[in-house]
Amino acid sequence: MEPILDIKDLTKTFRNRGKSDLTVVDHVSFQLYPGEILGVVGESGSGKSTIAKLITRLIDATEGSIFMNGRDITHAKGAQLKDIYQQLQMVFQNPVGSFDPRRTLGDGIGESLRNHGVPKEKCRERVIRLLEQCGLSEEFAGRYPHEVSGGQCQRAAIARALAIEPKILICDEATSALDVTVQKQIVELLLSLQKANGLSYLFICHNLALVQMLCSRVLVLYDGKIVESGTPDEVILSPKSEYTKCLVDAVL
Amino acid sequence: MNETVTVRTQKIKSNHAKRRLCVFLVLTALLLLTALFSMQLAPYDPYAQNLEEAMQPPSVRHIMGTDQHGRDMFSRVLVGGRTSIFATLALVAVISVFGTCVGTLCGYYGGKLDSVIMRISDVCLAFPGLVFAMAVAALLGGGISNAVLALAVVSWPKYSRVARSQTLALKDGPFISAVRLAGSSSIQVVSRHILPNILGPILVTAMLDIGTMMMELAGLSFLGLGAVPPTAEWGNMMSTGRSMLQMYPWIVLSPGIGIFISVVLFNLLGDTVRDYLDPRNSRSR
Ligand SMILES: Nc1ncnc2c1ncn2[C@@H]1O[C@H](COP(=O)(O)OP(=O)(O)OP(=O)(O)O)[C@@H](O)[C@H]1O
Ligand SMILES: [Mg+2]
Repeated sequence: MEPILDIKDLTKTFRNRGKSDLTVVDHVSFQLYPGEILGVVGESGSGKSTIAKLITRLIDATEGSIFMNGRDITHAKGAQLKDIYQQLQMVFQNPVGSFDPRRTLGDGIGESLRNHGVPKEKCRERVIRLLEQCGLSEEFAGRYPHEVSGGQCQRAAIARALAIEPKILICDEATSALDVTVQKQIVELLLSLQKANGLSYLFICHNLALVQMLCSRVLVLYDGKIVESGTPDEVILSPKSEYTKCLVDAVL
Repeated sequence: MNETVTVRTQKIKSNHAKRRLCVFLVLTALLLLTALFSMQLAPYDPYAQNLEEAMQPPSVRHIMGTDQHGRDMFSRVLVGGRTSIFATLALVAVISVFGTCVGTLCGYYGGKLDSVIMRISDVCLAFPGLVFAMAVAALLGGGISNAVLALAVVSWPKYSRVARSQTLALKDGPFISAVRLAGSSSIQVVSRHILPNILGPILVTAMLDIGTMMMELAGLSFLGLGAVPPTAEWGNMMSTGRSMLQMYPWIVLSPGIGIFISVVLFNLLGDTVRDYLDPRNSRSR
């Protein structure tokens, strides 16, 4: 099967003026296949969010290349990016900050639809449907980001990412602020979309139990490098690298 | 217990700010209306000369006295206010819109153009504004519109600085990233999300700038680089009266009162707008 996302030797070096350069993502290569849930775990600061931003082209890669559906998108710009974002979406790590403070949640969720020419009335209906799917009532469409809780905002952020019906969804700790019951609902939603639409996920997560339950494969990131990869059971039950052992020990 | 107390003081504070804002808005509206209808409100024709009544001190007939041509000072101050106030407002509107556009685009796109424009604005900010404006106004020749133009040329960088730094602070933030992921073009990002979010600081800068600009515009006119006589304008009215200050002080003081009242009023309005927009005054929508 052709990978839907093919990452080759992706590297990001932040050049600090004066101080030494900081390589945050170091020659990372992996593939994401259609309909797959690929977990990414790693300690804080290991470069998970940076990888997500690189793939979504929010920041430029220093080296390496990104292929989506066999197309090189490493240097995509403008209208090309708009096409890419129709298939690739992301749930941001900081949900409250990821909504414009002067706009309502409904406005933010419907923005991608409006940008792709969906008529207003239809847009509204779809926003309400999405909110419902993520466990929020219709009334939340009219609220401002500072008027909702972190978890509610996180669900709105998931609704926004799903609005345009992408093929690939990057979840940057998308369920971290949710309690177990809501988390279960979101996970079920993600799984049902995976089955119905063949959605693929890059699932960045701290919760090893959730990773074990959801993911078909998992990457372990340490200091910007992939130190281990395999099925969750392999990685969690018989870790090979020192770091993964520590990670697993810390949880169990 | 403690919490309710803070909530209540916050509420009182924001009510207070609201009331002050209302008061100053009404006063400013009065000032603007007076300026707008000054021709109708003026008791005498501000340009009608009557040498028999020249240099009269303030009296019941002429509450601000008359000037050397026997023109009623009160009428001239009213009509002169229209020139001064609306020229100032036009000036502030032009520089705030232009400066904000330039600053936002520079901040958002960065690159070479940004460095070039920011160096230019550094140069503008390095000179004392009025001196620079005098040079430009002298180059352009007299007239109130040229004075406005001269001040605009030297004053826009202040706004572009504010807009640029605010834009820089926003543009790499998560919500702009999210908006980009929604497929918005750069123009849409700037117009729908960046501009509305930086409007507060710009508005405050502009409100506080009105007083300064009014003074500078009057200053240019005073130096003969603004409105030319016989056009009534506060700056040139003071200028023509300055040689008679000791004998006939009302000729200088009358337009001075006009400038004083408007500058103080606009500054107070600016201050209240700033207090009102202060995020610590939690606003209810
Ligand atoms: N713009 C930047 N300039 C310099 N260094 C940066 C920049 N952005 C991130 N970093 C550094 O890159 C490293 C990885 O950051 P990243 O946000 O990818 O971590 P993360 O794995 O997502 O961590 P967390 O689990 O806490 O979210 C960190 O050490 C961070 O300090
Ligand atoms: Mg992160």
